[in-house]
Amino acid sequence: MDDDIRELYQEVILDHGKNPRNFRHPADSTCEANGNNPLCGDKLTVFVKVGIDKKIEDAAFEGRGCAISMASASMMTDIVTGKKLEQVNTLFDIFHRMCRGDAVDDVPIEFEDDMDKLMVLSGVQQFPMRVKCATLAWHTINAAVRGQKVVSTE
Amino acid sequence: MPTPNTLLQSEIEADYNVEAIRADFPALNLKINGHPLAFLDSGASAQKPSIVLDRMDQAYRAEYANVHRGAYNLSQLATENYEGARRTVAEFVNAKSPNEIIFTRNATAAINLVAYSYGRKFLSKGDEVILSNMEHHANIVPWQQLREVIGIKIKIAPIDDHGNFLVNEFEKLLGEKTKLVSMTHVSNVLGTIVPIKEIVRLSHNAGAHVLIDGSQGIVHQELDVQELDAEFYAFTGHKLYGPSGIGVLWGKLDLLNEMPPYEGGGDMVENVTFEKTTFREAPARFEAGTPAIVEAVGLATAIDYVTQIGLENIANHESSVLSYATKELSQIAGLQIIGEADNKAAIISFQLDGVHAHDVATIVDSKGVAVRAGHHCAQPLMDRYGVNATARASLGMYSNTDDIDQLIGALNTVKEIFN
Repeated sequence: MDDDIRELYQEVILDHGKNPRNFRHPADSTCEANGNNPLCGDKLTVFVKVGIDKKIEDAAFEGRGCAISMASASMMTDIVTGKKLEQVNTLFDIFHRMCRGDAVDDVPIEFEDDMDKLMVLSGVQQFPMRVKCATLAWHTINAAVRGQKVVSTE
Repeated sequence: MPTPNTLLQSEIEADYNVEAIRADFPALNLKINGHPLAFLDSGASAQKPSIVLDRMDQAYRAEYANVHRGAYNLSQLATENYEGARRTVAEFVNAKSPNEIIFTRNATAAINLVAYSYGRKFLSKGDEVILSNMEHHANIVPWQQLREVIGIKIKIAPIDDHGNFLVNEFEKLLGEKTKLVSMTHVSNVLGTIVPIKEIVRLSHNAGAHVLIDGSQGIVHQELDVQELDAEFYAFTGHKLYGPSGIGVLWGKLDLLNEMPPYEGGGDMVENVTFEKTTFREAPARFEAGTPAIVEAVGLATAIDYVTQIGLENIANHESSVLSYATKELSQIAGLQIIGEADNKAAIISFQLDGVHAHDVATIVDSKGVAVRAGHHCAQPLMDRYGVNATARASLGMYSNTDDIDQLIGALNTVKEIFN
């Protein structure tokens, strides 16, 4: 169990949790959504600037939550910037399966580097209650680009 | 030289055999992640003594049939058990009559019953209901739902930064329009013991009725509903070492009989034709359909068990463990206790600098320590303190200082990981 805990709280996660990247409210975002984990009290807002070619030009977030949800939002906003919306969808699907401990043997070559980075969050597999912490930011960006204002993970 | 008071306290402690009590609770022998379980979440739901589990097993195996129906032996036995449980609860809270005891699903259902039935009968547009700033959602949402329907006003009695209930501020809220005061007995987050006798007195002077949410209160304090003199007192079985699925609404009988039924169905009616139905008196009118028969029996057994040990002894024991926990937690650098009221029950909420409560709960769980993390179904209170979550250790009759030591050790692991 101690190993599982160390696996969950890796240095990279603690670093992202303490010093989240893209933690800001950009003035020129084109869409945003609020994500809530009602049972945990995690709350975040994701801001996205989508270009005319449906490419994410900027992604940022603000909010409060546990180390896992903050680290995941921090890493996600880094990774999705420069990607097309459909690529983000595919990546979310793979990431979601990874968090749940399902098979992820179909990672396209273009996402291998991203998934290597996101692997640090795979520790949540051992903690079913925490999967929603890791996926909150992704659900929220998904809602934002679809024009939904609020998303809840319960 | 110890003062007479501390002598008395230590005598009580000496008589209180927490190890013998722990032996009655099979769950306390569990190993979690290779560590002994330190169960510090009794405020969410308490563990069950074997005597309750065995009694319920027996009631299902050899005493089970539906109640209030059959003329046959087993149904009579089940009915006697169920109504006997009602008498046990009535004695436990010193009700005037067992008919004042309504079995519900839990405390939430009991409060909803009052909001729906009493609310629609006795409250009208513009009437005011006073709650406190530290209510559980169960004592907020039903009143908001009623507000949607009939347009009552909800007022909030404040607390100070330590979590003390401000009686003077409460008094200022009382007025001609105040019809009901619905208040927690003990805060499920802060542990604050609310001065409910004083609240009842002031409310009655203002002509208002009082409902007390006793979910966290009755497990830590003796209750005498006649002495308290409120109109309603709600509590749940599962926090009182009984099963889940059974709760209690105590109410003054005259008032209960003036209130319309909440749910319609079998067992609550006097006479039914397709044109008109007449309803039975309380408690039957509020217990439509087959009730939680065996759960009621389990609750009665839990009450017998608690009564045998003595709620006052339990409260004294918990209080000494709470003092120990408060002292030990205060020594952890960067830890803030939220809720330091002068009069507190055995609940202790805290925050650790730079670490979210959920991370705290996950990491201490890896050391076998069960604490709750989150907003504790009291978001307005979280807002009051400007936090979005706390970790909470809540004690029960079986909690001991080893549990606290295990928590402290686990919190040091949290700090190691995060520093």
